[in-house]
Amino acid sequence: MRNAICTFCGNACDDIEFDGFVGKNLCPLGEAKFSAKQRIEGPVVNGERVSYEEAIDRAVEILVNAKRPLLYGFASTVNEAIRLGVILAEKLGGIYDQCSSVCHAPSTLAMIEEGIPGGTLGQAKNRADVVVFWGCNPVEAHPRHPSRYSVMAKGFLTKGRQYRHVIVVDVRKTATAYLATEFYQVKPGYDYAIFSALRSIINGHEDAVPDEVGGVSREKLKEFADILVNGKYGVIFYGLGLTHTRGSDRSVENLVKLVQTLNRHTRYIIQPMRGHFNVVGASAVAAWEAGYEYAIDFSRGHSRFFPSEFTAVEALIRRDCDAALIIASDPAAHFPKRAVERLTEIPVIQIDPHPNITTLIADIVIPSALVGIEAEGTIYRMDGIPLRVKKFKETEYWSDYEILKLMLDKVIRLKGE
Amino acid sequence: MVDVIVITGRTTEQGVSIDEKLTDEYTKAVALCEMNEEDMKAINVKEGDRVKVKTDSGEVVLFAKKAVIKDLELPEGVVFIPMGPYANQVVGRSNGSGTPQFKGIRGSVEATHENIKPVEELLKVVK
Ligand code: SF4
Repeated sequence: MRNAICTFCGNACDDIEFDGFVGKNLCPLGEAKFSAKQRIEGPVVNGERVSYEEAIDRAVEILVNAKRPLLYGFASTVNEAIRLGVILAEKLGGIYDQCSSVCHAPSTLAMIEEGIPGGTLGQAKNRADVVVFWGCNPVEAHPRHPSRYSVMAKGFLTKGRQYRHVIVVDVRKTATAYLATEFYQVKPGYDYAIFSALRSIINGHEDAVPDEVGGVSREKLKEFADILVNGKYGVIFYGLGLTHTRGSDRSVENLVKLVQTLNRHTRYIIQPMRGHFNVVGASAVAAWEAGYEYAIDFSRGHSRFFPSEFTAVEALIRRDCDAALIIASDPAAHFPKRAVERLTEIPVIQIDPHPNITTLIADIVIPSALVGIEAEGTIYRMDGIPLRVKKFKETEYWSDYEILKLMLDKVIRLKGE
Repeated sequence: MVDVIVITGRTTEQGVSIDEKLTDEYTKAVALCEMNEEDMKAINVKEGDRVKVKTDSGEVVLFAKKAVIKDLELPEGVVFIPMGPYANQVVGRSNGSGTPQFKGIRGSVEATHENIKPVEELLKVVK
């Protein structure tokens, strides 16, 4: 199979050659994804192997009888399956939430407030002569990003590394910092203040900036602002270093304002470094189905969005959910302790290709086909470009779509349209 | 004991073993507290010794790992834990945005002889 798409990170590299066993052009993360690994053997209910139909019957029983089930995950599956997940949450009067709520959800909040001066990775590759990585470390999280889209990419107008200014801003000197022309080490939690300082300098109010902001001297900030303004086309990539720390959504908002300021002088876009290969789909599909991207509650019969109440973590900590369907995700590994504690108390149904930490606490485990290898569908790359992931291996495993389809049919039969 | 700011995040090793979380490789990749050499000296631990990280949200025992140049250089007073069930013992509450504070959490690190808990025990799997 040529031009297969890697279904690991948000880069969704579409130049993979895969012969069923070994993949070419993969980074170490993609290689691990495509290599043979332990699978969940078959559907299991309370430790007992059953058929797919039976596991789905038992799962539906739990979900229909729950007062407010939580449906969570979705970042590592296809849009077609995500759509069914949103509808299922609606029919059940439950909560739909997805992996963004522990990652880039603050970016969504910032986007609601300020809009998003966005673009595509193609623009970064072909045009950008200034590339900024703010609070992100693509060398470890999106390994082929620098060579395909940003640092070394050979584009139409910007022909390679020597034509680019690469700036890394981080609290630690990451592996990515070694690719940079300039590295600015900042104090944790001071991003907001630094954006404000840069805006002041670019707006001609340098005198309002103190001698030092967030560990960076005014001189350095001036030098930074100069590089930004002198770029012909700039891209600011940012990561969880902004959304996971003090300020989160407000910091991203201030970054958008900085980009607006820069756009009075030259051309800039921003791009969040989205983690999973279809976490954008988990947001976008929910938005076109229900009006919101995450933290959606359907318990009143219509969709309501309230992130500090309806994200999976908050709903679990508040003990607002009495059952959970987890698909294509591992919250037991990635949620704060108190949210995981609640998951261990309620019935949990898991749909996933691989055993993981959520498997340890799940009552019903339904194995699924590997998206992009054994199951096909549409995904959105981190910049929103739709791509079709392919199926090139036959399997006995049901796809996420098939599993959710049967679940939904059964729920509708029990609860009505 | 030293006061620190805790940050958590992805690493290559964590990413490579992410679909194999029930293996030793995964535990080795995530039960780590990466720290500056000076901070390690201050609490008298060497690479591979055990340390206890404490924050308002909880505590966890991890292997100390020296932050080395070109890999994971860290300033004094900042420690890094790879994302995963160990890091999540000490991460903070959301500030109203619904997204927990996974980075920039105030805490402390001290040397300990307590054992690293297996994942099952961390989760208190009671079912
Ligand atoms: S960079 Fe991301 S999408 Fe590309 S091969 Fe690596 S893991 Fe896969």
